[in-house]
Amino acid sequence: MTRLNPLKPSERMKIKRQEASEQPPDVRATNFLEVSFGFDEERSIVEASRCLECKEPLCIDGCPVGIDIRSFIQALLARDFDGAVKKIREANYLPAICGRVCPQESQCESLCVLGKKFTPVAIGKLERFVADYESGHQLFQTPHIAERRKEKVAIVGSGPAGLTCAAELAQKGYGVTVFEALHALGGVLRYGIPEFRLPKEILDLETDRIRALGVEIYTNFVVGRTATVDELFDEWGFSAVFLATGAGTPTFMGIPGENFSGVYSANEFLTRVNLMGAYQFPENDTPVKIGKHVAVIGGGNTAMDAIRTSKRLGASDAYLIYRRSREEMPAREEEIHHAEQEGVKFVLLTNPVKILGSSTNWVTGIVCQKMALGEPDESGRRRPIPVEGSDYTIEVETVIEAIGQKPNPIVQATTPGLSTGKRGVVSVNDQQRTSRAGVFAGGDLARGGATVILAMRDGKRASQEIDAYLQDARTPVSTATPS
Amino acid sequence: MYPILDTADLAPTIKKFVIHAPFIARKRKAGNFVMVRVEKHGERIPLTLAASDPERGTITLIVQAIGKTTKLLGTKVAGDSLLDVVGPLGTPTPIENHGLTVCIGGGVGTAELYPIARALKDAGNTVVSIVGARSRDLVILEAEMRECSHTLFVTTDDGTYGRKGFVTDQLQDILNGPEKVNAVYAIGPLPMMKAVCAVTRPSGTRTYVSLNTIMVDGTGMCGGCRVTVGGQMKFACVDGPEFDGHQVDFDELLMRNRTYTDMERIADERYHRCRLTGEMQKS
Repeated sequence: MTRLNPLKPSERMKIKRQEASEQPPDVRATNFLEVSFGFDEERSIVEASRCLECKEPLCIDGCPVGIDIRSFIQALLARDFDGAVKKIREANYLPAICGRVCPQESQCESLCVLGKKFTPVAIGKLERFVADYESGHQLFQTPHIAERRKEKVAIVGSGPAGLTCAAELAQKGYGVTVFEALHALGGVLRYGIPEFRLPKEILDLETDRIRALGVEIYTNFVVGRTATVDELFDEWGFSAVFLATGAGTPTFMGIPGENFSGVYSANEFLTRVNLMGAYQFPENDTPVKIGKHVAVIGGGNTAMDAIRTSKRLGASDAYLIYRRSREEMPAREEEIHHAEQEGVKFVLLTNPVKILGSSTNWVTGIVCQKMALGEPDESGRRRPIPVEGSDYTIEVETVIEAIGQKPNPIVQATTPGLSTGKRGVVSVNDQQRTSRAGVFAGGDLARGGATVILAMRDGKRASQEIDAYLQDARTPVSTATPS
Repeated sequence: MYPILDTADLAPTIKKFVIHAPFIARKRKAGNFVMVRVEKHGERIPLTLAASDPERGTITLIVQAIGKTTKLLGTKVAGDSLLDVVGPLGTPTPIENHGLTVCIGGGVGTAELYPIARALKDAGNTVVSIVGARSRDLVILEAEMRECSHTLFVTTDDGTYGRKGFVTDQLQDILNGPEKVNAVYAIGPLPMMKAVCAVTRPSGTRTYVSLNTIMVDGTGMCGGCRVTVGGQMKFACVDGPEFDGHQVDFDELLMRNRTYTDMERIADERYHRCRLTGEMQKS
């Protein structure tokens, strides 16, 4: 591999990590436009020139889908932006999305050698730049599709796992049909992640590209209700099914007062705003109600999305209540940082014990208990222990619970022989196979709650395993041509 | 898109729609509902399936125009289409042979009751039905209900038709009668279902109610439809919509359902204004 970068490694190390421009916090906290503008061309070239072009790049090990990061950065540095994005697309179907929502700081960037002494290369921002360059310059070309195979595969759910699996299998020549329960594609990318982090325009573009592969799409189709998995095999003629229905069922804390008006699951709150466009009521019919004082419970990315959305809907005091400390928060550092900048008040080491309400059933406050950190628990994080007698009340009109989701139970309940584990998570082996022949599963449905990129990895692996499964199932005299 | 093949006015503001939705038609069971989005920018609303015809691939919805979305739906005629229809959702009504069963429909709830009464009769029950409405012109599906009931009573609040009074008056008389009632199915406005449960509670008569709640997706995703049943949190969209009425916390649900009243009014008024200006522009 020839090195394009004329700079010596020592010179590269002296270059500061480039920062993307952002909307100022006081401005962006009042709108739903994207927070980060990403890199421009020059900044991306400077940033790419920081890459040490390691012989054995560790960053690639940190990428769940194994993007050839070094090669794409080298192409970028040579201003071959088209080549750079094509390199990414060899491993990742949704670069504009991953460049925005992947936790790079705990994946590829965490292993970057530069990060040991300095700061790692901003791989995520570079990925986003080349993906945006591709759409900005209409460089995308629908990939080559292998000769049509006779088998059809059903993909249940159109989130990151489903879309990835659909795209991969369509390219291999299979007839692919995606079934989506909602009226719009994207799963959590549609209903969960807000516009200011992932503009829907980008999602629409990516889903259009997947349609262009010849993937058949049914929205408004709830597998388990509109047709069962068994019917997909027996009546619809599918040869394999990939289940990727995500973790869309909210959990509630189980504390008194959760049924007062003004208490939302983060799922309901974000679905109203993101899927139904409630932030544009009454132009859009779906309403959402947010008080001036809002409490969001939880410390993950969903909690950050909910609290930052509530700021944008007009909350003057937005309290993020989390029972551990800032260090233990599962949210991405960038999201926590952005929330802090936007004026979110972090109420840490605090656990809600009761929601208070008025005689008309509206939330008036939340009673909290202070916590101290004890010994590490099974997750390795220090266990929060209640401090007796520390109860106090925060006056709020809205409470949003973002304490985690579990898989939707409909498919599991209507598919005999499908094994599930804790909280309804579908059991799979390392080939994404479930207990039912020909039925594969991945993403949050098989994980319980993880990231977009891990869902994509599952989708990709499932596509390979489904391909292998269908090849095995073919009779030796089959005339189907393997690619 | 889901084409409307046929419509009929059943009463002032109550309209029947026959819609082409073959997958839903095949799978519908009594008690199922669909989520409907009429047009772009619209909300998703739950509507109970009144009937289906698997061979024609149609489903039947009976809708009362109350708020913006149902009023907009009420303007649709054969040849128009609905943007989104998804289902069949919810757990179907448990149909057993109870023996003597009373089926109670209040207002447009009669449309939801009708398929259940029919299924109960087919399952061998002796079905006694009570159809209640505010006034004579709001009594719907009388002939259909009569056909699937052994006995049918009609009550109107103002006495313009049938017995003057509430469905609960008639129910009380039946419960006081010589024959033991083994089950009651009540579908209608929440206050009516609550009142029915109050009447059946002393005798412990098993009472099924079908709850209408706030819903966004209808598939268990939002939790907006949560209700307290027997002290437990239940989701009406997947655990219901039918529940043991004696276990339901109606007062809480009644208050929860008022969460968006003011915003619903804004949407409704805006819709009327738009229609008015739209019509003025046309003329």
